[in-house]
Amino acid sequence: MKGRLFTKKEWDKALRELSKSQKIFVPAKEKDFHNFTVLDNNMEPDFDFQNTRLSPKSIVFPQSERMFEYTLDETSPDAHILKEAPKDFPPQAVVGIRPCDAHAFQIVNVNFDNPEYKDPWWVRRYRATTFVGLGCNEPCSTCFCTSVGGGPFSEKGLDILLHDLGDRFLAKAITEKGIEFLDKIGSGKEASEQTLKKAALEAEAALGKISSSVPTDRLKEKTEIELFDAPFWEKIAFPCINCGTCTYLCPTCWCFDIQDEVFRKEGDRIRNWDSCMFPLFTLHGSGHNPREKKVQRVRQRFMHKLKYYVDKYGNGVACVGCGRCVQFCPVNIDIREVFELMNGY
Amino acid sequence: MLEYTPKIREIARGLLEKGTVDVFIGYRKGSVPMMNEPVLVTDPAQTDVLHWDSHCGLNLCNYLTKRTDRIGIVANGCNSRNIVTHIIENQVKREQLYIVGIPCTGMIDHRAVKRAVNGKEIKEVQENKDTFLVIGKDFEEKFAKKDFLQDNCSVCRHRNPVEYDEMVAEPVEEQEAEDVFADVKTIEKMSPSEKQDFFTQLISSCIRCYACRNVCPLCYCPTCFVDESQPQWVGKSIDPVDTMTFHLLRAFHCAGRCTDCGACERVCPVAIPVRQFTKKLNKDTLELFQWEAGLTLEQRPALDVYRVDDYNDFIL
Amino acid sequence: MENPYLPYPVRIEKIITETEDRNLKTFTFSFINPEHEKKFSYLPGQFAELSIAGKGEIPIGIASSPTEKGYLTFTVNKVGLVTSHLHNMKEGETMGIRGPLGNFYPWEQMQGKNIVIIGGGFAFTTLRSSIIYMLHPENRNKYEDITVVYGARTPGMLLYKQELEEWEKRDDINMHITVDATQDPTWKYNIGFVPTITEQKIKTADNAIAIVCGPPIMIKFTQPVLEKIGFPPERIILSLEMRMKCGIGLCGRCNIGDKYVCKDGPVFSLAQLRDMPPEY
Ligand SMILES: Cc1cc2nc3c(=O)[nH]c(=O)nc-3n(C[C@H](O)[C@H](O)[C@H](O)COP(=O)(O)OP(=O)(O)OC[C@H]3O[C@@H](n4cnc5c(N)ncnc54)[C@H](O)[C@@H]3O)c2cc1C
Ligand code: SF4
Ligand code: SF4
Ligand code: SF4
Ligand code: SF4
Ligand code: FES
Repeated sequence: MKGRLFTKKEWDKALRELSKSQKIFVPAKEKDFHNFTVLDNNMEPDFDFQNTRLSPKSIVFPQSERMFEYTLDETSPDAHILKEAPKDFPPQAVVGIRPCDAHAFQIVNVNFDNPEYKDPWWVRRYRATTFVGLGCNEPCSTCFCTSVGGGPFSEKGLDILLHDLGDRFLAKAITEKGIEFLDKIGSGKEASEQTLKKAALEAEAALGKISSSVPTDRLKEKTEIELFDAPFWEKIAFPCINCGTCTYLCPTCWCFDIQDEVFRKEGDRIRNWDSCMFPLFTLHGSGHNPREKKVQRVRQRFMHKLKYYVDKYGNGVACVGCGRCVQFCPVNIDIREVFELMNGY
Repeated sequence: MLEYTPKIREIARGLLEKGTVDVFIGYRKGSVPMMNEPVLVTDPAQTDVLHWDSHCGLNLCNYLTKRTDRIGIVANGCNSRNIVTHIIENQVKREQLYIVGIPCTGMIDHRAVKRAVNGKEIKEVQENKDTFLVIGKDFEEKFAKKDFLQDNCSVCRHRNPVEYDEMVAEPVEEQEAEDVFADVKTIEKMSPSEKQDFFTQLISSCIRCYACRNVCPLCYCPTCFVDESQPQWVGKSIDPVDTMTFHLLRAFHCAGRCTDCGACERVCPVAIPVRQFTKKLNKDTLELFQWEAGLTLEQRPALDVYRVDDYNDFIL
Repeated sequence: MENPYLPYPVRIEKIITETEDRNLKTFTFSFINPEHEKKFSYLPGQFAELSIAGKGEIPIGIASSPTEKGYLTFTVNKVGLVTSHLHNMKEGETMGIRGPLGNFYPWEQMQGKNIVIIGGGFAFTTLRSSIIYMLHPENRNKYEDITVVYGARTPGMLLYKQELEEWEKRDDINMHITVDATQDPTWKYNIGFVPTITEQKIKTADNAIAIVCGPPIMIKFTQPVLEKIGFPPERIILSLEMRMKCGIGLCGRCNIGDKYVCKDGPVFSLAQLRDMPPEY
């Protein structure tokens, strides 16, 4: 299929209709920025956005997830025995996800869905989600997706790619899941050759609008130890305040903590996002901490994304160039400079 | 304030060349608009990276904690008050420091600027004394700085450093803010349940990244109460009760120490006005103990001393 | 879908206080559901997550041997939240075990070799598992000489005292037990640090493989001794510790370079470790 056209009105109406039978996440304005929110009648989706402040990772990997529940009530025969918290994973869709963020889901998927272990929550939600991307006509100046295997109209990780043509969306289904989703939305109109050509030109032009680039070609050559011992880490790390901003906003950071919480006699085992920037992340019970200093933690974040991941999986860096950390690191630590330093070392 | 830049570089170069200090802490121009990056300079030849403008809204005192070398540092009004607080709390010694005083005319509120251009991408912001020019892909707009001051700067009453070794320029005139605590008073008038709703709403989007805590020079405890596991005071999920506990306790830990520098509010990735917590305590310490943090090295902080005439109406 | 985070329910069958400071206890568990016992098939060197509802989970090396059927044992040092709670639990109580996790000692590579086991302090747990495993009649002839150097601060701090005595009496295992110091006139074994005793007792690295577990300081000083005796780094095997949560390579916290200690380890050869950043 080449592409179907929907007027934005039709699209909005059809999404709202579909939202009655399944969960649909759409970008919506929240204070000064956008975030993905569940579509319902009380809210207005806003597709006129650059990217959401928080990445959409929480749609598949929520910041806090109840894993198990249990009772400590001794009169119960099941006291102290963990049971999976009941949940279902009905089909859901995220509409308007940017290509970089969809690419990020693929990058993280190799961690959570591997030959030996499958993370049951990630896997079930990821498989139940349809990713309807929205190409970027006007990428930001901090975007560098094209250097890291993506692009403003990249189809990686997407089931459908939408192209904003002003008053209409051009929708291209990429996978079976995508075709099914489009069928639910409605037939739209078959796009003419001319429209397709115009769209292709626009996508081409968007590529040219990516103004940031980072080098990655030599990251493989150096050994982990060589890069680990490189002289530039102290300098990069100096301003860092070891907050969770970069890792929590990043679409490819997946680290988590597991905690037990009890109220009266009922308890939950919960997993929460965690960050390698926090000292507690690696603190042993004995008090020993292999990453006690901030420079070690800063190095871990960049080494993980640009070296360890590269070596482990051989499918590129664990960064999709969304630019969130570049824009929102409170002290302006810019990963683009770290790419330069690591690749150039 | 751009004009301070050459002077800062010159002073820093001199200090490093003469060996008066081992390191110099300042800002360098950031890689994205309205952002500057704290930088540590050790080589006199590198002092030309130093930079100052109306986007230096972090608190460099944060980088002094437990350092043992001799340090040159730039400090405007609020930062200098935090340095004083740091000295009083034994986090650094006065003798270690060479404070380069910055008479401050306030920081620009980056969120307000983005709002003013309707969220369109800003490529560059050029500052020119009282105005600044915002440049985007297909627009240029000029604004008056006084209309875009950070909230804390617009009510600041200590723009000039209180402690310094050298000033980069003549002191600026202090503001006569009409009512520093107008916002706090509005909240004080609310009923308890309105207050609860107000604060619950305020922090509803908090992701507990702790940028607000970590950017604050006051938060230097080796183990923060939110990180303790025995006993565990606060849960770690984004349960609203735990998030509220974090914010309330953090604010209390800053009582009588906060200088309202605004760094916490500036850095929050989800734009939570966290100063609404600390400001109430600033108001209380001022009214109940006539105390403002960091104005002098000579006096112990309000919550550090007991006086028989201290406010004690809370004792039943 | 199989949930790799779900612990198997177990019952505490027995609790033994091992050391004079009472900080180390050995717990014996049995599976509440016999199905789970069949699924829990392990080799010495692996660990498991001990799970206490309401407190959390901790990674602990398996101290029992797969040749010991019907139960699992773990020896736990009291340090923090979960371990302290565990120390207060009673026989008969219910908790959970998740595993087996991680890799094991290179049993394949060890066949036909002389085995040198060097342990210090309470890190002797998976070494006990290994000794029991090798001494089992079905396995003993797969390995040549077995030599053990095991040290603790004082005689009262040694683990598994009764078994140590039994092994001392056997002729198919050479035991060199040592303590840092003791006032006890009846002490019949060595006095001295583990590296020193290793240097005195281990004469050759010929056809030998060494497994070393202990506190970081002991490992640090034992390594050069072993290399001096002639062990190449490929034949020095170590077991590492890192703070862990998931135990299955998913939560991201226990990495050293691109390896996860929970999944790619905890057992590494010194040769492997030399290619990894020194961050542990
Ligand atoms: C592979 C492996 C085998 C181990 N074998 C043993 C053993 O046989 N006997 C023994 O006594 N100890 C062993 N440990 C160490 C043991 O896991 C820690 O002492 C224990 O987790 C401390 O938990 P806590 O809750 O009491 O401490 P707290 O400091 O209160 O820890 C809270 C949480 O942090 C994590 N944590 C803290 N320290 C460690 C650590 N060193 N390693 C991993 N996670 C940690 C745990 O998830 C724990 O739930 C082993 C560790 C590893 C990695
Ligand atoms: S966002 Fe910036 S300051 Fe915060 S941890 Fe990341 S690099 Fe450090
Ligand atoms: S590291 Fe930064 S630029 Fe890369 S994907 Fe994460 S947030 Fe985006
Ligand atoms: S180790 Fe750090 S950089 Fe890597 S995924 Fe985890 S939090 Fe992100
Ligand atoms: S900086 Fe903002 S999001 Fe982060 S912890 Fe503070 S209030 Fe919450
Ligand atoms: S403990 Fe989670 S990755 Fe190793």
